[in-house]
Amino acid sequence: MNTSMTATNNAPGTDADVVLSAQGVEVVYRDVLLGLRGVSLEVKRGSIVAVLGSNGSGKTTLLRALTGLLDVHRGKVTKGSMQFEGQPLERRDPASIVRAGMAQVMEGRRIFPALTVDENLRTGAYTVRSKAQIRENYDRVLSLFPVLVDRRTSTAGYLSGGEQQMVAIGRALMSSPTLLLLDEPSLGLAPLIVEQIAGIVREVNAQGTSVVLVEQNATMALSLADHGYVLENGRVVKDGPGAELLADKDIQEFYLGVGDAGRKSFRDVKTYRRRKRWSS
Amino acid sequence: MTRFIEFALAGLAQGFVYALVALGFVIIYKATEVINFAQGGLLTLGVYLVYNFTSGQSVPFPLAVVMSMIVTAGVALLFERLVLRRMLGNPVFAQVMVTIGLLFILQNLVIAIWGAEPLNLGDPWGISTISIGEVIIEVRDLWTAALAIGVLVVFFLFFRFSKLGLAMRATAVDQEAALAQGMSSRQVYMAAWGIAGATAAIAGVGVAAGATGVSPSVEFVALLAFPAIILGGIDSPLGAVIGGLIIGVTQSLTAGYQNELFPWLWAGFDDVMPFIVMVLVLLVRPYGLFGTPEIKRV
Ligand SMILES: Nc1ncnc2c1ncn2[C@@H]1O[C@H](COP(=O)(O)OP(=O)(O)O)[C@@H](O)[C@H]1O
Ligand SMILES: [Mg+2]
Repeated sequence: MNTSMTATNNAPGTDADVVLSAQGVEVVYRDVLLGLRGVSLEVKRGSIVAVLGSNGSGKTTLLRALTGLLDVHRGKVTKGSMQFEGQPLERRDPASIVRAGMAQVMEGRRIFPALTVDENLRTGAYTVRSKAQIRENYDRVLSLFPVLVDRRTSTAGYLSGGEQQMVAIGRALMSSPTLLLLDEPSLGLAPLIVEQIAGIVREVNAQGTSVVLVEQNATMALSLADHGYVLENGRVVKDGPGAELLADKDIQEFYLGVGDAGRKSFRDVKTYRRRKRWSS
Repeated sequence: MTRFIEFALAGLAQGFVYALVALGFVIIYKATEVINFAQGGLLTLGVYLVYNFTSGQSVPFPLAVVMSMIVTAGVALLFERLVLRRMLGNPVFAQVMVTIGLLFILQNLVIAIWGAEPLNLGDPWGISTISIGEVIIEVRDLWTAALAIGVLVVFFLFFRFSKLGLAMRATAVDQEAALAQGMSSRQVYMAAWGIAGATAAIAGVGVAAGATGVSPSVEFVALLAFPAIILGGIDSPLGAVIGGLIIGVTQSLTAGYQNELFPWLWAGFDDVMPFIVMVLVLLVRPYGLFGTPEIKRV
């Protein structure tokens, strides 16, 4: 935590201890479909923020809005504002956002299956100019993921799901981001691997990177998070410190009550009424 | 046997030309999913530019080739930047139609400037031959093959080791994920068109230095490169090269032997043979020899 920073050089109303903030962000897809209905959130420097919510609640859309990837999906930010490191994020292209220090691990990993592990990692350093810096980041990634050392020349598509997720996280770290966004990194992975991924997120954070962790696996996410937000239907319906949310009755019933069976059974359980209660 | 080897070697030389043209198609297809029908037009432009620079001996031949590559690449790049860029998001079909428009423009431009009469590149590589044992090889074919191999090697090194090459490969696999790494699709599209233009110019030289000479009909080589890309796999650069070589050799052997083996075939059947081979390959491998079965992302 960096508390000694002064706010003199920042635009009015911003705080140097806040890496990322969003106010009332609304997203519309294809000019008609509402993806987000006014989401506000804040990421304190050095913290882990969890974003929870069931399928279709707008988690991925939020990350797309932040990283400039809405264009590809014919989506637009129609209301609200977003700032990263005190600078506005609207209308910036993905490259400039990566260069500014925000990297993301996309939903479904989205590694380049036809490329080798080594090449996948190098794509993550695309915006880095200094060779020495790339070398340093590369070594750091391999020390975080020792299993990848022997896999460097393997075609990434042939790796196991867990290893592919490591490649995806490693790739994001290759730009030495100050803020790392992860979109459901535990998706489709065995519990043991999920634990491993959680450990890595904690370690990356301990090394100084702020984290936004989008998850449906609430236990995992909240056990790591300093602060959590719950999205529903494109809105934040609840937020609070991670420990508080973890102890929250509603959340326990909604997310944790179904046991550790994971995402699949969670999706199957119809908790519609309870969700309604939150949104109202 | 001697004749067979001679035909095969001549076919290989011609095949390398097809490989270059096919590569131009593949690289644009991989980057943008557009089949660029203007490739033949770019090739023609490249040839006439070389003719233009060398006629009157004002510029030495190798330099003229390089200059032509640069100008042709520039034209292709401008076309991408000024026309296709504005059509992004439109159906791929519409973009393909626009490339046909470019083909017509280039054809007419070339004829308007240089006329439709056949011209001569001035035998840059002479018509001498060398013989290895019984086998006689045309020096011209050696040059064509060497030039094409040189370009192919540069091309593959670029793709494997350069940053832009990496971006091009990544974008071809997953455009959004490439964007998320800070890669620029626009840069990739422009590079693809630029490279396709440059290889078209080189391929054109390979054609025009041969029997065809400099005439607007050099663009038909591009049509014969179609079986090469389809048979190699439209998204595979390696497939383009192998496909090109197969087509070249097939054509040369057909032309060489059809009179004695199949005297009832009409002249010019060697231009049909590549398409027959293509169909046969597609029956067995619908995505070509090296193509990947369609994996569409939503
Ligand atoms: N590419 C898209 N085009 C149109 N609507 C979309 C698109 N992506 C997501 N949406 C819609 O936006 C809403 C939020 O989706 P998403 O952000 O993917 O949710 P989550 O990541 O929480 O599962 C959903 O209603 C979804 O149907
Ligand atoms: Mg999602």
